[in-house]
Formats: sequence, structure tokens, C-alpha cells
Amino acid sequence: MPQGFFTDTTLCIGCKACEVACKQWNQLPDDGFDFTGFSYDNTAQLGASTWRHVAFVERPVPLGGTQLGNFSWLMMSDVCKHCARAGCLEACPTGAIVRTEFGTVYIQPEICNGCGYCISACPFGVVDRREDDGRAWKCTLCYDRLKADMTPACAKACPTASIQYGDLVQLRVKAKERVVELQSRGLAEAYLYGVDAENQPGTGGLNAFFLLVDKPEAYNLPPDPVVPTKLMKRSWLTMAGAALGLGVLAVSAVVAP
Amino acid sequence: MAECHPVGFQWVMEAKARGATIIHVDPRFTRTSAMADIHAPIRAGSDIVFLGGIVRYILENDKAFKEYIIPYTNAANIINKEFKDTEELAGFFSGWDPVKGEYDGASWGYEGVEETIPAGGHQEAVPGGSTPHVPGKAVTSARRDETLQHPRCVYQIMRRHFARYTPAMVADVCGVPEELFLRIAEALCKNSGRDRTGAFCYAVGWTHHTVAVQYIRTAAIIQLLLGNMGRPGGGIMALRGHASIQGSTDIPTLFNLLPGYIPMRHPKYNGVDDYLKSNTASAGIWSAFPAYFISLMKAWFGDAATKENGWRFNWLPAITGDHSHMATVADMVDGKVKGYLVMGENPVVGSMNGTLQRKGMAKLDWMVVRDFALTETADFWRTAPEVVSGEVPSGQIGTEVFFFPAAAHTEKEGTFTNTQRLLQWHHKAVEPPGAARSELEFTWKLGKRLKALYAASRDSKDDALRALTWEYPESSPGEPDAAAVLREINGQGLLDGRYINAYTELKDDGTTACGCWIYAGCTAGGVNQTARRKPAREQSYVAPEWGWAWPNNRRMLYNRASADPAGNPWSERKRYVWWDAALGKWTGVDVPDFIADRAPTYRPVPGATGLDAISGTDPFIMQTDGKGWLFAPSGIVDGPLPAHYEPQESVVENALYPQQCNPMRMEWHRRDNPYHLAYRDPRYPFLITTYRLTEHHTAGGMSRWLSWLGELMPEMFCEISPELAAERGLEHTGWATVSTARGEVQCRVVVTQRMRPLRIRGKMVHQIGMPYHWSWIGRVRGDAANDLIGFVADPNVHIQESKVLTGNIVPGRRATARRATLGGSPGNAIELPEPGPLRNLPGMVPFKRQPLQNDPEKE
Repeated sequence: MPQGFFTDTTLCIGCKACEVACKQWNQLPDDGFDFTGFSYDNTAQLGASTWRHVAFVERPVPLGGTQLGNFSWLMMSDVCKHCARAGCLEACPTGAIVRTEFGTVYIQPEICNGCGYCISACPFGVVDRREDDGRAWKCTLCYDRLKADMTPACAKACPTASIQYGDLVQLRVKAKERVVELQSRGLAEAYLYGVDAENQPGTGGLNAFFLLVDKPEAYNLPPDPVVPTKLMKRSWLTMAGAALGLGVLAVSAVVAP
Repeated sequence: MAECHPVGFQWVMEAKARGATIIHVDPRFTRTSAMADIHAPIRAGSDIVFLGGIVRYILENDKAFKEYIIPYTNAANIINKEFKDTEELAGFFSGWDPVKGEYDGASWGYEGVEETIPAGGHQEAVPGGSTPHVPGKAVTSARRDETLQHPRCVYQIMRRHFARYTPAMVADVCGVPEELFLRIAEALCKNSGRDRTGAFCYAVGWTHHTVAVQYIRTAAIIQLLLGNMGRPGGGIMALRGHASIQGSTDIPTLFNLLPGYIPMRHPKYNGVDDYLKSNTASAGIWSAFPAYFISLMKAWFGDAATKENGWRFNWLPAITGDHSHMATVADMVDGKVKGYLVMGENPVVGSMNGTLQRKGMAKLDWMVVRDFALTETADFWRTAPEVVSGEVPSGQIGTEVFFFPAAAHTEKEGTFTNTQRLLQWHHKAVEPPGAARSELEFTWKLGKRLKALYAASRDSKDDALRALTWEYPESSPGEPDAAAVLREINGQGLLDGRYINAYTELKDDGTTACGCWIYAGCTAGGVNQTARRKPAREQSYVAPEWGWAWPNNRRMLYNRASADPAGNPWSERKRYVWWDAALGKWTGVDVPDFIADRAPTYRPVPGATGLDAISGTDPFIMQTDGKGWLFAPSGIVDGPLPAHYEPQESVVENALYPQQCNPMRMEWHRRDNPYHLAYRDPRYPFLITTYRLTEHHTAGGMSRWLSWLGELMPEMFCEISPELAAERGLEHTGWATVSTARGEVQCRVVVTQRMRPLRIRGKMVHQIGMPYHWSWIGRVRGDAANDLIGFVADPNVHIQESKVLTGNIVPGRRATARRATLGGSPGNAIELPEPGPLRNLPGMVPFKRQPLQNDPEKE
């Protein structure tokens, strides 16, 4: 039964407990001590050693349903989306990237040879290669914890249930109800990002989907992500057409005179 | 709250999910504001005006919960004729003694009761406490007017006192627009009454002011007026600054209290009988004071404490003055302190005027630091900036410093007491690394060595140490059993050896021993009640079988107020504790915080004392009169009602009273602790407020050494509005230097709309936000914001004013840091007005201060 994350950004208080719990459980190194100036975000993005990342969006825009005036501060804990159709998995030439029994996408570090094809194949820029060992790394959705029937570290640490882990079918129902509830409270902007294939055809839906209140770009998410391999058939057809065309040209060049 | 208490904030989020309105009042737009329904940016230091405005709104619009306040509070009590309000005396209450610089609260009492009614039963905090008061007898004779019409009843006094705290005044002084203020006041009032309650949450920012206690008093007045005390969903939550800070006041690290808020010995007491007589209340729970005190002496000294020898009261050290933190540091600087034990604290970074702190430490003979890492406090003699720069050569610091690695909470067992008085046991998960050990082990072994050292002494001053009970079993080799210490705190009957089940079992004849009377029952039946972990789904929502709460496992204090005077729940929705007439006792979802079988109809006979003086409608049983105190006849040294005074350093003149600052505030007048002008200091035109971030822990000892936390907030920064950035030429992510007369710090600049300039008394006021986590060691480093702040404190609890001060900001880094402690002066490039604005009215000079005798640097 596929498992996944529902990250409800309206509940995120930006405490970053998910980032730290993830690093602690997975024993990931720090990403450097750089002051970025991006609001309260100093880790800046997902990477080889940051598998959960909290984005902070300060905007001079009111938030529906509140009386906060012309300002709001959005927080969102980003993570690997574990796409139903995963570009990284399809691009991986060694079979290092697999879909697990939980429906999650997992890079087996002992098989990964560091070719990096998966990095360019991810429409979200999630997968990253670690400088020191050359291999590709990303969120495992705590594969080791799931096998032991434990909740992933980030969801376990989240104090406000902004990160919810569970059965994907149930999470989708819950998420859709949550949107209706928020909209009824005046937060008309609330919507789901990547909840299923219909919602996001380019990825076939995300096993880690989000509830957002601004357009995806505000959170540094692509508005219409498409897994590159999805375009493969069209690419090949185009290429075949081009080759055929070239062939016809060549033949006609010889034949015509 | 989301910033500093993210785990506790989950309950706010849960309330929000159930439809609660979240209101956030803060100078900055924080992570809490982001989750709130309403955010009111306020000028730091103006909270009494804001809260007082709400009090006025409640009174003038008749929104008080009358059925609650008339029987349960002192709203109807008539105050002495001699009482004069701040409205009549230019910002002073009656009783001000300009020579002593303090109040005599005799005129603040109830009419009909001759003596002072002591707050919380004992006279430690009675204004003019140096003159012995017999705790108020005959509280039953207090005159009341339950129509609330008598001009001298508390309700009418409050109406006059708060009359000028209008919405317009709030807008002018706090910078909160009238419309926004009214929306908040309405939301609060609408959410109170029989069927609804509202809660106040504050973090320690409220306590860091020269009028700190009065901030919380004003919130308490609002909550009493709206009937939000002792009822589910109500109350005032103090979000404490660290784990178990509540525990460290219950079993105190405070200089003037013994365990369970029992006053320390003081030279004014003429022996144990005088001490017991002075501190035994005539009525209420504190009327059993001797049982609490004598049981404590039996726990400490065992058989050596007997009635004949006065329970060894004379073995307790007597306090001779103010031994609070800043007073002690000032004494260090003046060479009056020889040694300093620092456990899990980093005062060089966390306390005010860090360089003054270091100057004091450099004059000690010895210092012991116990921490996880070699903190700035432990290493000051070697790596402090002024040592590295050569201004204070290391070779001239004679202090012998001992550093002990400490075990973390996961590496030892014991309890945490949280803000709801809930004791929760934590088990040891792993052994501490290397030589790291628990504080318990350190203290126990130190005590054993001291006892061995003095075992043969015949000097009477060593008797207490020799007789001290100090035998504990070991839970592992060399480690004393924390559970045994908890059992000692809980107490035992000395005749039968049975564990005490409740403080009501304690005796004043020496047949019980108890280390802290309010904790009696935490190991009832010999079972560690604090280790209970019954899941929520297996018990009621009050969860009485999770941990243990003092007193007597009551989860909510004063919960008799959750029922109406007749003893019935105010409403079905707010049902909590009620009178069961058939059984003839109080019952409910919590342990009733009341005399179990006292019928709601019970009325004391005139002259009744002890618990007999508490009527069936007096829920506030810790008070001598059983009432919630809207007006505090005693217990608060700077006035019976909150009045707005400007901070020590402000940008405006006090709009409400001619007296600018709290006349009772504590000041330290010395060259190494200079103050700015009272207001409109041309050198320091901006307000500064300091705070914590989610990512770090206070002075950084637990977070700056950890890369996972360090990377999240790697550098010292300040937060300013785009308007201030434009005015001063400051660039986002660029550098700035922030300065005060005490010193200067450099930091990165964050320009954000989360900071907003406010219009205060017709003038645009900018506030600079500064987190204070960093210093010169650790994985992530930066200047310490607290170096900017001077010593000045609240008179009730001696806490510094660190949440508001004035300062200046300029672009760029500093060349070298200027420090007032090393004689660094900001220079006199700007001409100061002569004479400067006054902090005190002429002739009303306050002297509740700490001028230092024989100080060569004294001004």
C-alpha cells in the first residue's frame, strides 16, 4: 500500500524540527554556516545533506481568513516528492534507484555509481550529489524506519502536524477535506499541489504532496513539473521524424539531379 | 510562543483548529504572528497602557463577569480612607517614603481589617516589610459593597485609576491603532462568560522590564474581570525560559526563598517563634505554615532538629540584603565575592552588560563552571575579546577556574517541572561520555567532602553541615539515586515511615519530614507518581495519570471557580469541578482545589481563623481572604494597581503621569554601567528589543556548538524595517554596528516588513530587533547583544530590563569594540540637553538602588 507525506503549509510554524530530526536520524552533515538573508532560511535549498528544508516566504499580501493586514509570512517544509512517475528512477542506468514496497523512491547507496543522470532528471531539483563521495542522495522517506514500522523522523518531530505521514489514499481524502475546511474559513487561496495524477499529470502525482496558499513559484516549486522521461516518446518520435526527414533529403539530393 | 515554545505551540494550533481566535501582541511580526488571526505591533515597554486599556474597556462597557467577580474577587472590598491613587499624587500611590525610596503599604489595606492582609500568606513581600506586621487577623470583618457602588470599593477605584487608559491613549502611547485595539478588546470580552473562556500566554519577555510584575498583574486583572481564572480554557500561562525553570523556583535557586516559597531567615526575625508567627497567615492554606517549615527542617537535619532547639532555625544562613544576580555581580566587581559556582549557565553571554560580568569574574578567587562545552564563561580569562586585544592581560586575571563537563538530561534521571506545575520523570537513555557527570552527583560528592572536612570540627558554625542528612543510595556506582532524593522531597511520617500523600498530612510537631511541602504526594504510597505515563486515550482529557502536578495532583489551581457560587458548573460546556450535594463534597474531572467538604453555603463566623475563615465561595484559597485580588493590598512593592511608567531608557515622555519611570526600579549608578537620558537622548534615537530564536537556546551553550542548529542561524543579526534601513543607509545582509553607552556590537542586517515603525506621540519610532544567542566561541559566533544592556531591574523580582532600551545603529562593522567597563566612552560629539529629562519628579527621588560604597569608580 503506497505511503507518503501530506505537508500542510498552513500548519507550519517554521521551527525546522523536521530539518534537524532528519539530519539526526540520517546522520547528515551540516551544509555550511552561511547567512543567506532569505528571511529565516539559511540552508537555502534541498541538497545532498539537507533532505527536509523549510522555506520562508515574506509577502506584502494579506492571508485569507485572517486580520493580519497587508502582510503574511508563509512557511513550507519541502522534501523529495517521491513522484508516482519518478524521473530519477527512470533515468538511473544502474538500477540503484528503486521503488520500495511502500511506494517510495529510494536510492541504494551501495549501488549508486554517481553518474548523476538522476540529478538532471528530477523536475524539482531534489537529488544532489555529495561532493566528498560523489554519490547521489535524497530523502529516503526513512525507509529504515518504515521497515521497522516507525513514522519518518520529520513527521514524528513536527509539533503541529504540518507534516503528516500515512497511507496515501487516506492522506488524499484528508487533504481534500482540509482544503474545503480552510476555504470555508475564508482562506480561499488554499489548494493542493501534486495530490494525484489528475492534479499533476507531468509527475503522475506526488507521494509527498502539499497544501499551498500561493502559486507554486512563491515556494520555489515548478508550476507544471514534467518528468523528462515522460517526454521520451515524443523526443524519440521527433528524432525519428528528423532522421527520416534527413534521410529523405539525402536520398532526394542524390536522386533529384 | 511559536518562536520560543514550538512544542507547546501545538496546543495553540489545536485550539485554532477548533475555532479559537489567536491574537498576538508583539513589537515584531514573528512566527507566532504568522499563525495568528490578529497581530498588533506594539512599542516595546508600553504594555501596561495596552492592557490597562482593555481593563478600562471592560469596566466602562460593563463587560465584567459580575456573577463571578462579586463573590470571587475583591472587587467589592472597600479600601482604607487613607488610600490615594496615582491620579491624585502625580503617578505615586499613597505611602511613598521619599527618604527610604519605597512604599509603606499600610494605606492600601481593606477597611475593617486593621493589619495588612498578607499576600500568599506571608509577609516577605509586604511593602515596608522591615516593620513587623502581624498577618491580618479577622479578615472576616473586611467591609464589602456587593453593589459595587461605594466610591472606595475596588471596582470604583479601578474605574478612576484606568479612566485615562482610553483607546486614543493606547494608540498614542503603544502605536496600536484604535480600531485594531478595539477589535482585540471586543474579541476578548466576547469570548468570556458562562460558556466561554480565554487564555493569556506570555513568555519571559514580559518579565524583563522595570515594571515586569505589573505587566502580569494587569493581565491577571483582565482575567479575573472576565472570569477566566480557575476555569478550563482560561488562566495565564507563563512560558518559562528553560526546561524546569518552574522547578527551580519551587525548589529555589532564589536567594530569598526556601523550598515551597518559604521565606528565608532574615536578621529581622527574633528567633524561630517570631519567624513562625510572622509568616503564619491567619487564614487560608498558609495558616499551616509551621507544619511546612518544621517538616523541612526535619528533612534537612533529622533528629538534630527538635522543638527544644527551635528546629535549628538558627542554622539557616540569614540574608542580609539583596543577593540577586546583578547585585552579586556588582559585588564581585567591587571585590566582595570570593567564589562563584556556575552550573548550566553562561552569564557572560546571557546576562546584562557582559563585560561587567567578566570584570567581576576576573576579581574572584575561584570559579567553577559545569557545562557541556567550554563556554565563554569558562574560558573568559583566556579568550574574552578584551583579553585577546590585550586590554585586560590574561596574566592579570587571578581567578582560578575549574571546568567540569556536565551530563545532558538524556544522560541522567530526574524530574522536570513545567509551567503547569507538572512534574515529569525522565529516565537515563545513555551513559554520559567521558568524565561528564550529573549535577546531582557533583553536589552530593561536594557535600560528602565538605562533611568529611568538617567532621571533627567543634566550631558551632559547622554544626549545620555536620548534622545535615546526606545519605542517599546509589542507582549506579558513584551516582546517587535521583528517585531517593524525590522521595525525600515528598516526605515521610517519622513515626510510621509511611510516605506523605498530601501536604495536609504534614505536622508541626516534628513527626513528619518533607523537603518541599508543595511537592508532598509526588511519591505517594512509595510510588514515583511523576513517572506515570498513561496515554491520553486511556483517561480523561485532564490526564490526571500523566506525571504528577503540585499541589496534590491538581491540574488547575483555584478550580472551585469553575463552578458558580452555588457550586454548579457555570455551563455544561465549561464543566470542570462542582459540588455534589448528595455526597456533600466537591467533585469533577480534576482534583478539587478547595476544602473537600466545604459546602457552597458555608459562611465563616466573624473572627474565624485558619481554613475556617474561607467561605464556600472563596476559591482563591492561597490568599488569606480567599479572593482573587484585582487590587493588591500587599505583596507587590511598587503599587496595589498597575500604572504605566516608561522604561529606564525611552523615546518619549510618560503620557500618563508626571513621574517618568517606576519610582521603585533598581538602578546601579556606576561608571561601568552608564545610562542614557530618560527619553529623547539625541545619541540614542531608536528602541532596541532583544529576544530568542527557535533555532538556538538562550546563551547558546546547548546550540552554538551543534552544527545542525548552528547552520540554521549561523550569524548574529538585527532586524529593522525598510524605513529605518532607508533612513540610516543600511543594506539587507550588509553589516551594521549597534551601540549604547555600555558598548557596541556588530551584526548582519535583515531588512524586513516584519519590523514596522510606529507613530508614538506624534513621532515616528523605529525599533531594532536583536537576538542574543551568539558570542565569541562555538561553531557559530557573533557579538553578544546583551553587551549593550545595562543593569536596571524590577523591584519585586530583581529581573533586568532587557526587552527595551535605546540605542543607535550605523552601517558597517566596528573597528574595535568600545566597552564602558574598560572606560570606553561614546564621546560627546552630540551636545546633550542641559538639564536632561527627569526620570523622577523633583523631591520624589527614589533610592531603592545599588550605589556602591567605597567604589573608586562611583560617579
